[in-house]
Amino acid sequence: MSRSLTPVNRVGVEERAAALGRRSIKTTAKREGIRLATSMIDLTTLEGSDTPGKVRHLCAKAVCPDPSRPELPSCAAVCVYPSLVGVAAAALEGSGVAVASVATGFPAGQTSLKVKVDETREAVAAGASEIDMVISRDAYLRGDDRTVAREIEAVKEACGSAHLKVILETAELPTYAHVRHASELAIAAGADVIKTSTGKASSGATPGVVLVMLEVVRDHFERTGRVVGVKAAGGVSTTKAALHMLVLVKETLGDEWLTPDRFRIGASSLLNDLLMQYAKLDGGHYGRAEDFSKE
Amino acid sequence: MSARQAVAKTYKLYLGGAFVRSESGRTDPIGGVNVPRGSRKDVRDAVKAARAAAPGWAKKTAYNRGQVLYRFAEALESRSDRSDEIDEAVDLLVHYAGWTDKLAAVMGGVNPVAAPFLSFSSPEPTGVVAVLAPDSPDVLGLVREIAPALAAGNTVVAVVSRTKPLRPLDLGEVAGVSDIPGGVLNLLSGRLDELLTPLCGHRDVNAIIDATYDDDVAKTVDELAAETVKRVSRPSPHTDSLTRLEPLVELKTAWHPVGS
Repeated sequence: MSRSLTPVNRVGVEERAAALGRRSIKTTAKREGIRLATSMIDLTTLEGSDTPGKVRHLCAKAVCPDPSRPELPSCAAVCVYPSLVGVAAAALEGSGVAVASVATGFPAGQTSLKVKVDETREAVAAGASEIDMVISRDAYLRGDDRTVAREIEAVKEACGSAHLKVILETAELPTYAHVRHASELAIAAGADVIKTSTGKASSGATPGVVLVMLEVVRDHFERTGRVVGVKAAGGVSTTKAALHMLVLVKETLGDEWLTPDRFRIGASSLLNDLLMQYAKLDGGHYGRAEDFSKE
Repeated sequence: MSARQAVAKTYKLYLGGAFVRSESGRTDPIGGVNVPRGSRKDVRDAVKAARAAAPGWAKKTAYNRGQVLYRFAEALESRSDRSDEIDEAVDLLVHYAGWTDKLAAVMGGVNPVAAPFLSFSSPEPTGVVAVLAPDSPDVLGLVREIAPALAAGNTVVAVVSRTKPLRPLDLGEVAGVSDIPGGVLNLLSGRLDELLTPLCGHRDVNAIIDATYDDDVAKTVDELAAETVKRVSRPSPHTDSLTRLEPLVELKTAWHPVGS
């Protein structure tokens, strides 16, 4: 099976993405940026050692990230493994924070389509309103786009009314051209959101990858008018990196995309850095990690 | 044959085990050379490096820390620009190298309690220590303050002499070729009025050694330390070792039930 890739200028993409990270964002703009980034976080815990207690702590933190600063917005969602969706759904009921669940054999995706679909149905039934699926990189790297598309369509159907985020795991794709192609493939197959990474690979949401994906979304919107979201996940762990993402979004897709409905940041340690930087703007003194709870 | 062109040295900060220019790009001309003028971002980077290095340094055995400090003394001894002051600094490092494995016995021990418990205390490093070195003596004044902090297992961010920063910055090169792990000792040069607030007001600094002998500095340091809850010590040049070491450790006391 042959596929035609739209070439992507690697140097140009990386140069532009890096240039957009060099802005000086201070005081009022930084404060607003931190608030916006906080509201876009999918607060994530995807460890084998996750327990209901840990997930409940995380949910409380997502609803009210810093009890001493109630003016800070809630996070967008809490992202957990399917087995903990019920716990998260109960903890977040009525809070406005969504429950997201990874599914489809996360993070490798090396299970059969039937298992993937069943896992998705189970997570949705337990209360997940957002599903983060991984594409089958095995099929994608073999060039079997049809299998990849069919899987996304099947999982989308299993999602019902739940939002589907499709993880491309860009660290395992060889070039930006493949990132672009896979993004287009996922969008055509019905993805509501395209997401960079699982957070389990060697690299995550690099600025270049995010820029390429944002451009695909922009091109698709201009062509069809359909809104697709983007989620940057993996490696976005500092306020500086998060603000860089917001600049990329604003300069590529404009202000309309600067909402949690259309752009998300998947992260766990980012939130504490945001809170620490926000406290610095308030208190004047530089903070320390142990002032903020880990969960 | 033409006269040899002298090679001017670029003085740099010692941060996280690397020699770097000030992030701000600024320098102050002192003694005919450009000395980096540290900024608050340099302070933050230094504290971050010190915090990152703290667990590893604290976890080393006291014996090993002593060896590392002794190695630091050896490296300083081998410098060509020796003087009485440097000799005294070397001796001080050797002295505190000897202190590392005696701290627990001198400060801690089994406490006599009137109950069927075994109660014992042991000193633990306090964490990241900020050192405000005196202007003079430039090297000995710095070593006098950093040596006890390092011996007690702390990591250090030091502001070196403002008027004579060249030899203290050279001390960074000595530390760099000894076995001191990167980030355990960080040396900043610059202006005290710029560095004081970000350093002494940083929540991730646990203790401050103020050896500036300056009342205005003392007032600012005390206010910042009170706001961010940290311990301040002001040793004089004649303060004995144990008095210097005491404010640089936290005593942990454990009560152990003993049957019968």
